[in-house]
Amino acid sequence: MAHSRAGISNPARIPALGARVIIFMGFSILLMVLDHRQGHLERVRDLIGVAVYPIQIIVDAPFRLWDWMGDTTTSRSELELRLGRLEAERLVTQAELQQLTTLKAENARLKELLEAKRQMRDEIRVAEIMAVDANPYRHNIVIDIGERDGVYDGQAIIDANGVIGQVFEAGLATSQAILISDPSHALPVEVNRNGLRTIAKGTGEFGRLDLPFLPNNADIQPGDLLVTSGLGGAFPSGYPVATVDTVNRIPQEPFADVTAVPMSALDQVREIMLIWSAQTSDAPTAEPEPVDE
Amino acid sequence: MSDGVGRLPVIVSIIVALMLTLLPLPDSVAAFRPDFVVLILIYWAMMLPRTWSVGSAWVVGLLLDVAQGTILGQHALALCFVAFVTVRFHLLMRVFPMSQLTATVFALLALYQFLLFWINGVADVSAPAVSYWGPVITGTIIWPAVSMFLSGIRMRVQLGR
Repeated sequence: MAHSRAGISNPARIPALGARVIIFMGFSILLMVLDHRQGHLERVRDLIGVAVYPIQIIVDAPFRLWDWMGDTTTSRSELELRLGRLEAERLVTQAELQQLTTLKAENARLKELLEAKRQMRDEIRVAEIMAVDANPYRHNIVIDIGERDGVYDGQAIIDANGVIGQVFEAGLATSQAILISDPSHALPVEVNRNGLRTIAKGTGEFGRLDLPFLPNNADIQPGDLLVTSGLGGAFPSGYPVATVDTVNRIPQEPFADVTAVPMSALDQVREIMLIWSAQTSDAPTAEPEPVDE
Repeated sequence: MSDGVGRLPVIVSIIVALMLTLLPLPDSVAAFRPDFVVLILIYWAMMLPRTWSVGSAWVVGLLLDVAQGTILGQHALALCFVAFVTVRFHLLMRVFPMSQLTATVFALLALYQFLLFWINGVADVSAPAVSYWGPVITGTIIWPAVSMFLSGIRMRVQLGR
């Protein structure tokens, strides 16, 4: 903080301005180098985040109030209608789930026969995206849980339809996350039909992912489901990511031009889920119950 | 404080600017969101350069860095430098007519975005170069309104003493 100093005759002279600006700019550069090259500034960021948190809460509050008002003022008939629809949906899902239990048991038996590593259940916790705009140059979101809930850097985020992104900076009470559509994000995936592995890169558009490293003779066709392969270590395997949209094979180029559409509408989600993968070494400390409002 | 304006109005205006920066907007509009924080810091650095100059700009910049998830120090450096230029020429800027002052603010906003662009380039954060111009243009357009509004507050506080 700059302090005012009294008793200076020349009003145009601000004491030691040049020296101060050089010191502050030097300090900024030092911070940037430390942050960019090593990423050792987690604690500093958390500390400053405490000051930013109230501002985030205030900005988010009207949107929360609006949601709450919408919830409390829906009419009885509307609620009954919704309940009926949800009941029907639940019936269908449960029927599918019955199959899933048998399939799971069978899968485990087969894997045991093959002596493969046993797949464990992932823990999941519900969170909400805060109505706060983050970095304008990236596809970032701010979510309303942080380190005190057990969130860690690199944690996978999904919604009801599929993978949407990962945490890149877990703060104390809120965290910054990057969407899979960000141009600097790449995600190891495999084609569900035949296990073909590749990488899905973000494009900067919410509705499109690129698959830049597929040769022209790769067995891939529009409509193929892409799921996480789990190879990158950040994402647990088997979660749906996108469906292949266009496959454009260019004879003179080494790679085909393949695009895919993410399973979830990345610009419309509000409710998300964080995954504590059972395979990662740092086991979850948080209980997988929904966030209390 | 020597200028007859307490810290409170300035701090409140900076917090409001931070909130406007974080307010969610549709993507097409968000590209033209003015840099409210820069505008407000330019005003206070011009009018009260002894209290609000490079140091406070640097602290506010750090807050902005954490809120937006950018590299720590990016906005701090850009804001600090813009505040430096403003304080350096604050006497000149105070006597400028509004048209000339607005042109100066345009240059400062462009400088700010250029510094951000430059640091993004060094740190490999890719963004289309066009996207940096939106805030500069809208910021210049709203500057007369912002400065008149803040002048109103400043006059009221100073006369109230």
